[in-house]
Amino acid sequence: MPVTAVLILAAGTFAIRFAGPLLRDRVTLPEKVRELMSASATVLLLALVAVSALTSGKQFGGWALAIGVAVGGLAAWRKLPFVAVIVLAAVTTAGLRLVGVA
Amino acid sequence: MLLRDVAAVALGAAVTGASFGAISVASGLPWWIPVLMSLLIFAGGSQFMAVGIVAAGGSPAAAVLAGLVLNARHLPFGLAIGDVLGKSPLARIVGSHLLIDESTAFAMAQKDPARARAAYWACGVSLFFSWNTGVLIGALVGQAIGDPMTFGLDAAFPAALLALTLPALKDAATRNAALVGAAIALATTPFLPAGVPVLLALAGLFAFRTTKKEEEPCPSPQS
Repeated sequence: MPVTAVLILAAGTFAIRFAGPLLRDRVTLPEKVRELMSASATVLLLALVAVSALTSGKQFGGWALAIGVAVGGLAAWRKLPFVAVIVLAAVTTAGLRLVGVA
Repeated sequence: MLLRDVAAVALGAAVTGASFGAISVASGLPWWIPVLMSLLIFAGGSQFMAVGIVAAGGSPAAAVLAGLVLNARHLPFGLAIGDVLGKSPLARIVGSHLLIDESTAFAMAQKDPARARAAYWACGVSLFFSWNTGVLIGALVGQAIGDPMTFGLDAAFPAALLALTLPALKDAATRNAALVGAAIALATTPFLPAGVPVLLALAGLFAFRTTKKEEEPCPSPQS
């Protein structure tokens, strides 16, 4: 993550945020566009979850990783606190690797 | 009442921030990069996203692009509640930086404009401090941990993202689009440079069909 990338993302994000209050008297986004913007955020996030949970490089990332993330997902679904989700996922994966699951 | 709710959300942000700091450092970044990101970008989802793409070997350009698409949702937020920031240029500039999911939700939940303004600023300022403090602590602690693979920290990252995404998946139309998108990303990962498959997932939006209006995740704007 080079500093330039951080700065570009920061500047772009600020521009997006600043545009709303600035343009609110002149622009109304159609309902459909607003829904699409909100959905695209979720689509990107879930895609990244899938890729980082199931792959490593261009291959399958191994059962230890996949099962760990699944346990974390289950914990989140059961409404456990955020820290518990993360710790359970990490501990499961680490434990599986310890007993020899790749 | 309001302050109690803000405090609870701020505490949650500190914990999420600490996770972000620790996971970023575990992925090989120096401690100050997640700290800088949090101060300047101040949008957790896109920060996780960008670090995740780079950690998976993706290009910084893909990371920036994905982060910006993710943050595009702030545009409608600003259009909906832009007037609560205040009229002065300074209030607009500082207020825009504090425009996040939580501050928007808190402002929208208030009927009275003065209370909406108070809620927006209380939430935005509290979260800015708690998020950044959390990230700093997480990054410094993460430095002391060592090899992320042994500790399963590579599983912590997708699990954290999944926990953040889960509430939005209750909406059926969004869920369908996201599942199609995830399938596209997985199917193309063996053939494309890292980072690109995640962006391609946006094609899943073609499966996005809204049917009913009752189950919107956010309160309707411009009430």
